[in-house]
Amino acid sequence: MDGSKGISGAVHTSFRHDSALKHVSGKAVYIDDMPVPAGTQETALVLSPHAHARVVSIDVSAARAAPGVSAVVTAADIPGHNDIAPVRSGEPALAEGIVDYVGAPVAAVAANTYDEAFAAAKLVKVEYEVLHPVLTIEEAWEKKLFVYDPPKIVHGDAEDAIARSRHTVSGEVRCGGQDHFYLESQIALAVPGEDRDITVYSSTQHPSEVQKGVGEVLGLPANAVTVEVRRMGGGFGGKESQSTIIAAIAALLADKTRKPVKLRLRRDDDMTATGKRHDFLFRYTLGFDDTGRIDGAIIDMAARAGNVADLTPGVLTRALCHGSNAYYIPNVTFRGWPCKTNTVSNTAFRGFGGPQGMIVIETAVEHVARHLGKTVDGIRAVNWYGTENRNVAPYGQTVTDNVMPEIVDLLCREIDYGARVKAVEAFNASHETLKKGIALMPVMFGISFNVPTLNQAGALVHVYADGSVHLNHGGTEMGQGLFVKVAQVVASTFEIDIENIKISATRTDKVPNTSATAASAGSDLNGMAALAAATELKERIGGVVADHFGVRLEAVEFRQNRVYAGNESLSFPEAAELAWRERVSLSATGFYKTPDVHWNPATMTGHPFYYFTYGACVAEVAIDTLTGESRVLAADMLQDCGLSLNPSIDLGQIEGAFVQGMGWVTSEELVWDDKGRLMTHGPSTYKIPGSRDVPPHFKVHLLEDAPNRVPTIFRSKAVGEPPLMLAISVWLAIRDAVSRIGGNRHLPKLDAPATPEAILAAVEDMRARAVAGG
Amino acid sequence: MIRFVLNGALHEVPGGVPPTTTMLDYLRDRLRMTGTKEGCAEGDCGACTVVRYGASGKAEAVNSCLMQVGQADGMEILTVEGLEGANGGALMPVQQAMAEGDGTQCGFCTPGFIGALYALQQSGEKIDDATIHDALAGNLCRCTGYRPIVDAAHAACASAVPYAPAKVPAAEPMHEAAGQRFHAPATLAELLDLRAAHPNAMLLAGGTDLGLLVSKSRQRPEIVIHTARVAELRRIEETADALVIGAAATYTEALPLIERLYPSFGTLIRRIGSGQIRNLGTIGGNIGNASPIGDTPPCLIALGATLTLASKAGEREIAIEDFFLDYRKTDLNPGEVIRSIRLPKPAKDADFRVYKISKRYDQDISAVVGAFALVLDGGKVKSARIAFGGMAATPKRATAAEAALAGMAWTEEAAAVAGDSLSSDFAPISDHRATSSYRLRVARNLFVRLHRDLAGTEADLEVVGL
Repeated sequence: MDGSKGISGAVHTSFRHDSALKHVSGKAVYIDDMPVPAGTQETALVLSPHAHARVVSIDVSAARAAPGVSAVVTAADIPGHNDIAPVRSGEPALAEGIVDYVGAPVAAVAANTYDEAFAAAKLVKVEYEVLHPVLTIEEAWEKKLFVYDPPKIVHGDAEDAIARSRHTVSGEVRCGGQDHFYLESQIALAVPGEDRDITVYSSTQHPSEVQKGVGEVLGLPANAVTVEVRRMGGGFGGKESQSTIIAAIAALLADKTRKPVKLRLRRDDDMTATGKRHDFLFRYTLGFDDTGRIDGAIIDMAARAGNVADLTPGVLTRALCHGSNAYYIPNVTFRGWPCKTNTVSNTAFRGFGGPQGMIVIETAVEHVARHLGKTVDGIRAVNWYGTENRNVAPYGQTVTDNVMPEIVDLLCREIDYGARVKAVEAFNASHETLKKGIALMPVMFGISFNVPTLNQAGALVHVYADGSVHLNHGGTEMGQGLFVKVAQVVASTFEIDIENIKISATRTDKVPNTSATAASAGSDLNGMAALAAATELKERIGGVVADHFGVRLEAVEFRQNRVYAGNESLSFPEAAELAWRERVSLSATGFYKTPDVHWNPATMTGHPFYYFTYGACVAEVAIDTLTGESRVLAADMLQDCGLSLNPSIDLGQIEGAFVQGMGWVTSEELVWDDKGRLMTHGPSTYKIPGSRDVPPHFKVHLLEDAPNRVPTIFRSKAVGEPPLMLAISVWLAIRDAVSRIGGNRHLPKLDAPATPEAILAAVEDMRARAVAGG
Repeated sequence: MIRFVLNGALHEVPGGVPPTTTMLDYLRDRLRMTGTKEGCAEGDCGACTVVRYGASGKAEAVNSCLMQVGQADGMEILTVEGLEGANGGALMPVQQAMAEGDGTQCGFCTPGFIGALYALQQSGEKIDDATIHDALAGNLCRCTGYRPIVDAAHAACASAVPYAPAKVPAAEPMHEAAGQRFHAPATLAELLDLRAAHPNAMLLAGGTDLGLLVSKSRQRPEIVIHTARVAELRRIEETADALVIGAAATYTEALPLIERLYPSFGTLIRRIGSGQIRNLGTIGGNIGNASPIGDTPPCLIALGATLTLASKAGEREIAIEDFFLDYRKTDLNPGEVIRSIRLPKPAKDADFRVYKISKRYDQDISAVVGAFALVLDGGKVKSARIAFGGMAATPKRATAAEAALAGMAWTEEAAAVAGDSLSSDFAPISDHRATSSYRLRVARNLFVRLHRDLAGTEADLEVVGL
């Protein structure tokens, strides 16, 4: 029942994004585009200018009296609980008593127009008593300021293994954070209803979380709050928990004014007031033998959590779980340090700690290679997870689906990696100013939420008597193509053309208690839930058709928009109408929970991942040894998508994730000043990749004939996050170029992002060491 | 009254709409045409891109977040909503190619890309990767990784859909609404009268810098004097020994002429902002706002350009290096405007190179710009004029480095030594673009690049060329 050629939009076929024609004609409706009821208020926020201060007083009288203003709210106006924490507690929507980062919302103003709200917000007088801000990971770590108890993964005895190892290396490396830079900034439109009911249109990856947060702030039960999202203009993790604060403030103002209220963060406020990818400081020590086989690893991963926990527990857990990437390390101590700083709380971002965990182990593996005078790829080859043995991850899960070595071999053969390396050497021999580097990055990424409870999904499918189908599920569409993939699942289940399926906005009153669309798990979870709902309806319709023609249910077949019963058949609409006439319910919910996942957060052990995805990338770069400028010249990647639900959508995910990851490790630099103010808060100062930055040679291959070994939705694999980490190859290739300057004898001193300034410093340091060390 | 053609139909802006309202706000909030998006309101993401048919009659992509409705008077604007109408009701080829080739994911940036691609398609330019990247440098996409968008450009931009710009009523000299006066004088004399009468009014050329006061800071200046319609300021004249560029000529207009004289300067201009910005922004504005990180001033200083400043009292000529007094302070007197920039033609045996260092190649503000005008004679440096941006509070000459080179044999060592002397010329600041030490180091290294560049011994000298 997969890949039928008889219908349009079957699974395993490339089918374009359901909204593509609306996107190109400007007809796709985002929240700011929605027609709003008369009297809708616009909002401006008052944000803290201080990283850490006591709020002595807030005087809103002048703002309240300003033209057009309908309400000014502070924490004191919150009727429920001023807490929107997604995981823990004590995370306020509006600052109360203390502001603990620059950009913390202190007050919000609603007015008839944005300009009126903007002007009035400037009239809110806040008196602060400035306190000492903790702005660096180091200071927080040293002072043991953490947002929750530091976690660690311990397997075997790393200290002993390292002590007994023939060789050891130790080092320090860091990686920067990353702004999501979704093109549509955070927005919510809250519309009050009867009995204080409220409907919130929120650009969110997590409608149920927004529902919970709004209910918390307004003191309302979940059944009084409805959250809807048709589409986001990008999410990338930035709208998993961060959208709640926006929605909650809009809802608070709507509740107070009894008018619809829209809150759209302008870009600078969005970048200042909402969280980003965690930057990390890593320290590692590895023990290994002459071949480079690693016997023990101690890695400290200190993450900038920001002012509150938010999703840091999940991010740090995933970083720790991916701290050995695709390598088997028998003795491991991975310690996480969730550092509490007076900066905006960092949050989910595509990869969710995975990229950070991989950055440190890849640096350490490179260090082993430089220490032994071997190639990095050679060190990798002796450390892969095994299949029969050497296959237990540090957190206790046995890896049963390892194809990493095969993927790397396939890719290297495909691109003639050896010849490419020789070409790089030849280029470098003939060039003084520019130097090339080339590197491979293997990625082994665990799929499932680390919190088992979150691995559940629901769907709602109606078949109308005219045969048209209405599809709803708990997943959200942020551009990734989830909606079309789930519609393909339903089309293939009913064997009807996808055009008969209406994709509808995600709403908490249709499918309740949903998980965030995150962890790459959107289609795995919601596809399965929709499959369950559609299968249920198919059986009901099939039963009616079987009775109608007097055949057994097993003899009924749904094929190419028809329902066959022996020699007889009905069109799908005829069958639907027949079922309606026979008084059979044509509405079904579907539910799915991922099997076989469990996790003990106390011991940091368990079986957190249903399966792993595998991919590899070879990137080639050039650097300018006079200026530090760099350019990615080539990227070849091979990604395991299982049996892809939609190859062209998956290709888009891989390419897009790679370029986003490339930005993270090259040009995207978040810079704070010594007062804790973000200096890079718009695209004029924060540089995500542009079209020219995409490697001129850019080839993506999907692993062929590779059904998922576990029964996921049509044996596909998740694809949203893993390819982002393939772009670490770019950073490694830059390091390779620097390393080659020193004859591959020294480990480059280069953190991420590798900006021109960072690269030039690494080049000059390498030259100095090469001269000193011969 | 402000009148422009919008998607094929004459549109009159109702009284009461402030003339400085951005076109983006006007489209979205007033007209409820929401296809055009706001991504940043600072002209850097391109989600707000619309197409303007201006004086040239050519389709030009512009940032509607920076363009004020007053600036659109007498022009034609095409938004994403109007493209199908301009193609007999069918999607434009660029729209079709983007949809079919998976060029959209979240779709929020898409209308802006469509605008930029449509303008490229109408430009008649040769379509290759370089021209496509030039055309898309002002559009950010966070989802696709651009490959399918570039493919769509290849597929759809090679041949233009015929489009005849509409007849638009002539622009009017003044718009008064909502407590604002938006002057758009047509002659220099009118401009100077206005400037004399309102020496503190916002002098608006393209609006790519001052426009931010409106789009982001939400200011509503009472009086604006818009220079783009002053005929004398739009003119670019070539004399026997110079190019005289009117202060209100856009980068786009000046580019081909400058590039012919100084190819390296042309390459730099292609990196200023984006196509959208260069279609609005002017070289006079780049000088007038006296930013220490403007890209053209170091070039103009190195090339010995002069400015003609005009006021009702008359005109005066000033070397551009003397124009910049201090951070954002110029020699411009009250009532005075920059009339034109005189760029001398290359002297015999002269070489000119300019190098820009930034985190991203396209659409980025410089950490450092180094401009070098060298005359070599028999292997020796006969004269050197060198200027830097990003190294001081103003664009500034590197006099110590110039002195270190004068009369010296032109070797890489001599170049490096001259570069080392920059530390007596400059004490740059550290900021979010670069640290002081990097600025000094990279500026010094540009002297080495210059030597290698002029020597021509290395085939590949910049990563962007690979």
